[in-house]
Formats: sequence, structure tokens, C-alpha cells
Amino acid sequence: MDEKKMFDKAKKPITRGYADHKITTLQEGFAATNNLADLEEIKVPENCNVCDDGSTPITDDLFELAHHDTSEAERIGYSNYSYWGSTFRVFFKKKISVILLVFLVALLAFTFIQPLLPNQKDSYKVYNDENGATLRNVAPNEEFWFGTNSIGQDLWSRIWKGTRTSLFIGICVAVCNIVIGLILGSIWGYARKLDWLFTEIYNLFDNIPYTVLRMLLMYILRPSLKTMIFVMCLTGWIGMTKYIRNLILIYRDREFNLASRCLGTPSSKIIAKNILPQLISVVMLQTALAIPDAIGSEVFLTYIGLGLPVEIPSLGNLINEGRKVMLVAEQRYQLLFPVLIVSAITISFYALGNAFADASDPRNHK
Amino acid sequence: MLRYILGRLGRAMITLFLVLSIVFLLMRLLPVDGYFEGRTDTMSETVKNNILKELGLLDPWYKQLYNFWRKLLLEGDLGKSIVMRKGVPCVDVIWPKAKTSFQFGIIALGIQMLIGYPLGVLMARSKGKFVDTLGNAYVLLINALPAAVYFLAIQLYLSTLLKLPMLFDPLDWKSRILPIICLSLGGIASNAMWMRRYMVDQMNMDYIRLARAKGMTSSQVAFRHVMRNAFIPMAQSLPTSLLFTISGSLYVESLFSIPGMGGLLIQSIQRQDNTMVQAMVLLYSVISVTGLLLGDIMMMICDPRIKLVKKGDSR
Repeated sequence: MDEKKMFDKAKKPITRGYADHKITTLQEGFAATNNLADLEEIKVPENCNVCDDGSTPITDDLFELAHHDTSEAERIGYSNYSYWGSTFRVFFKKKISVILLVFLVALLAFTFIQPLLPNQKDSYKVYNDENGATLRNVAPNEEFWFGTNSIGQDLWSRIWKGTRTSLFIGICVAVCNIVIGLILGSIWGYARKLDWLFTEIYNLFDNIPYTVLRMLLMYILRPSLKTMIFVMCLTGWIGMTKYIRNLILIYRDREFNLASRCLGTPSSKIIAKNILPQLISVVMLQTALAIPDAIGSEVFLTYIGLGLPVEIPSLGNLINEGRKVMLVAEQRYQLLFPVLIVSAITISFYALGNAFADASDPRNHK
Repeated sequence: MLRYILGRLGRAMITLFLVLSIVFLLMRLLPVDGYFEGRTDTMSETVKNNILKELGLLDPWYKQLYNFWRKLLLEGDLGKSIVMRKGVPCVDVIWPKAKTSFQFGIIALGIQMLIGYPLGVLMARSKGKFVDTLGNAYVLLINALPAAVYFLAIQLYLSTLLKLPMLFDPLDWKSRILPIICLSLGGIASNAMWMRRYMVDQMNMDYIRLARAKGMTSSQVAFRHVMRNAFIPMAQSLPTSLLFTISGSLYVESLFSIPGMGGLLIQSIQRQDNTMVQAMVLLYSVISVTGLLLGDIMMMICDPRIKLVKKGDSR
């Protein structure tokens, strides 16, 4: 059966009926639909207060007039269930997710606080000892907490600056992808007529190897922080859009949407109120995963020589520099610290994303 | 069915045409200095012009594009490499490298499936218990550590620990072990993760509860119902990953100095070897288009409920 035809048939009588009669109360609705003559038959016969078997007679004074109270009706209809309230309640019930959240917030805050703390080294300055010789590859000690790198810069301050850069890239790219993905994905998934157009655009983008597109653009636009974010968004939105589209397709033709459409709800409202709230859990998970993903891409782009300029500290640059000295056992600390940070960030986002996805699914609310 | 496949192939052709044209034009946007192999300062203008003329880069872009397509379609000629291995036809450069990468990739793919899927099944069946936790920890670790780093660690530590050669040597089969381990790790993790996810999803379904209620043992249910249903979404990606084994892995191949495809595309772009880039983009696009089509067909074979051809216009 063609669903569209079915939908059209179903739509007409209901909307007309609704518009003509303006049914406002249940009683009116009842009266309008049923013949009053039928109701006559089940009317209680008169003289019923005298019963044959002598048991308690039903008299009029047993009944009292029910008053109509609007506020009372409101009280029944109202429940103090709040979606976000119970989402956060479930989320914060798990100790591990609270710890991870605090850790991530603290990490992010520290990248900003660190330069303001007393006795911090400049992340760009090359340090020399008393004799004027550069302090290259100094192992971690009291002065240089994480040691120095191969040109004598302080690794501790560079790592925090790099973490800030990388987190900035990650958050920008993730937010950008989610916003574009949600908007385009909703249109693609919901508008049947545009499906072929989006599908062709998707095929086109999907078939250009990401590496080629990223590299060519990095070359054409010259490496910088802005280019990096732009290039990652350009290749990142497509996957997210497809993902959202597939989810929208699943919910588009569910009965509750059919009902909404029959009642004349505009499409934008159906998408925003009926469909998107269903996607919150997966979308949150995707956002959480997109951030470490972007950091990973940054590491990869740096590896193939297309990262940020070497003088800007970022986790990709730091890992790449550390990788070069990995063969010397005494200098492995230069790789160890940035890798630890990347791993910690990735694991936290994975776990947090999963915890939040679980919490935002109403089926897990108790 | 045949009509459907032909229709999809037809559309794929258009996609391929557009993709290749876009990449072709993007390559033409690169700075001209790249074609002089770093000798920009010492060359005179005439020499530069001659080089560009020889490469056909002085023509307007539409003429270049037209020439490229004419040569490709009428003569089946992708041109000769202009930088990487000057004068050698692109196909001859790519073929031996693709073969090497394929040899590694196909073994790694086999290992990924042989270990990954059973691991996923095991994890799903012992959900919340020790094996599951251990497997999840492994998946998380592989995802969290940057690949470049743990490959390097494997090369450094495992080679000394197991007394295996650090670099690839075509005559020594032992030197293939470490690269294959490196190639397999990521795939094992993702196979196990998805298998577990799908199996857990399936296990909550009503029909599984019914099967258990009517007296089937949990392993019967797992193998006859859950696994078969859980495998369907994965069947889709199988042909693509099989075909893409020829693209190799950049990290692994550069670490173990394997003469594979891994870094070829990236080097070609870096050194502005236009013809090589075009040839490889064509190759990868063809692979991804056919992979997707084969995947859909595969999925249809695995699950008779999935119909690619619309019957009676159901949607």
C-alpha cells in the first residue's frame, strides 16, 4: 500500500471534521457523534429509589453535586517530570561520569589558568644555562617539570598551550559538524523530493578521498589554525549529515508523526519537537566522539607534514616531535606526556559520551 | 535487479566523472613553483615556461580537462608519472605497490575477522563480566592511543622481545609478522566493538526471548538467531574493506619501510605529481563505488528481508 496515498486519504476527513464542528468539550463531541435517541434508551427509569428486596434505598440525598474546578483538573494533568532534570539526575548518579566531567572541565580550565600561575615558563622562549648554552633535551627536573624539547623550550608550558589549541580545534570542529549535520540531515531525511539531490552531493563528497581533499586545501590555503578547522569541517560534516539523515528516516514515518501531520502540524515543528528530541542521546554521543576524533585528525595531518606550523604548540605537533626522539630511551618523556594527555582526553570523552547517551535516553529514567 | 545494478553503475559513472574533474581542477590550483622540484630560484623564466608547456599546464583549464578525459576514455591512458618516477606509466608505478599492500592487508583482514568477531560474540555473551570488561578496555585503549604511537611502541619493544626483524625484508617471512600485527589491532577492536553492540541490541528483542522461552539453549539462540542478524549490518562494509586493503596503511608502511601504497597518494600530492594523483583518485573512487554496490548486494544475500529493488513502490 502506498503510504502517501493512505496518508492523503486519512488527512482529509479528519481536518474537515475538526474545522467544521469546533468540538470543544467531550460531552459536545459525544452528542455530536451519537444520535440522541440512542441515549434515551439507557436513561435510568424513574421511581428507582424504592427497591424491591428492601435493601438500602437509593435516595437523592446520597448524591451531591460535583463542582467543576479548573485548578483541580490542572493538578491531575500536571506531572513534575522534566526531561533535562531527570537526564541530569541519571547522569550524575554515576560517580565515574561526575569524576570524568570534573576532570575534563578542570583540564580545560587549567589550560587557561596555567599561564597566569606564578613561576611559569614562556612556551616559546628558548632557555639557556649560565654559560649561554641552550638547554636541549633536559630530562624532567625541578625547574623544567616536563623537561625541555630538542630546541630548549619548556615542555610543561608547551603541553598546556598545545592542549588548549587542540581542544579548541576539537570543540570548534565538533560543534560545526553537529550544527551543519543537524540542519542538512533533517532536510535530507525529511524532504522526500530533495532526497536524490542530497544523495548525489553526498556521493560526490564521499568519493573524493578525505586525505586528498584535506591535503589539497591545506596546500592551497596554507597551514594555519583557521585553515585546519575549515578543512576538518569541510570533510567532517558529510558523515554526520548522513548519520542524522538515517536516524530521521527511521522516525519520519512513525505513527505519531503521521498523526501530527494529519492534524496539520508544520514540518519544521514536527522535526524540532517530534523527531530531534529522539536523537539527543546519539547526537550527544557523536559530539563527544567528534572532539577526540578531531584531535586524532590533527595528529595525522601533522604526521604527514600538513599540520599547524611547528612553532604553534599543539598536541599533534608535540607528539610528532616526541616521535622523532623516541629511539633515544632518555628522551622518551617528550613523547610520553603529550600521549598521556591525548589518551586521557579521548578516554574521558568516550566514557562521558556513553554515559550521557545512556542518561539522555528516557527509557533509562526511573 | 539487473536494471537496478545498471542504474547504479550509470550514476556511479557520473559521480566518478565529477570527482575526478574536481580533483583535477584542484590540483591545477596548486602553486606553479611545485613543478620545478625545489629549483625555483635557479631556473630562468624560459626553462620554467618550457617545463610547464611540456606538462601541458599553460593551456586554459577547460582544454587541459578535455585533453585528460579524451586520453583516458579513448585510449585508456592515465598518463605517465611526472615526478615520482619520471616517465613510467602510472599504472606500472601503482600495480606492484598495490600488490604488496594487498598481501599484507588481506592477511590482516583475515585476522581481524577471525579474532575480532569471536571476541565480540564472547563479549556480548558475557556482558558485564570479566571478559567484557577486558575487551572494552582493549577497544578503549586502541581508540585512545594515537596509532602512530602504539605502532612505534610495537616496533621498538616487540621486535626486541620476540627477536623479530624491525624492518621489512621481502625474502624473510618473519619480517612480515610485526606489520601484520600492527595492521590487525585496530580492526580487531572495531570488529569486536560492533559485533558486541549489534548482538547486545539483538538480544533484547522479543523474538530472542520467545526462542529462549520455547526451550532453546542460550548458545543455540546466540549462533542461530543473534549472530546471523548481527552480521547483516557488518556484511555491508565487508567488500569495501576487502577492496581497500590495497590502499595500505601510511603509518605501518612508513615505519617498517614496506614498499606499499600507504604514502604514495600523500607523496604524490606533496610533490605535485598530477598524473599520479589523478590515477590514484580514480582507483580509490572506483573501489569505493564498487565496494558500496557489492556491500548492498551482500547485505541482500545475507538478509532476504532487505530489498534493493522497490516492489510495488513501498516508500
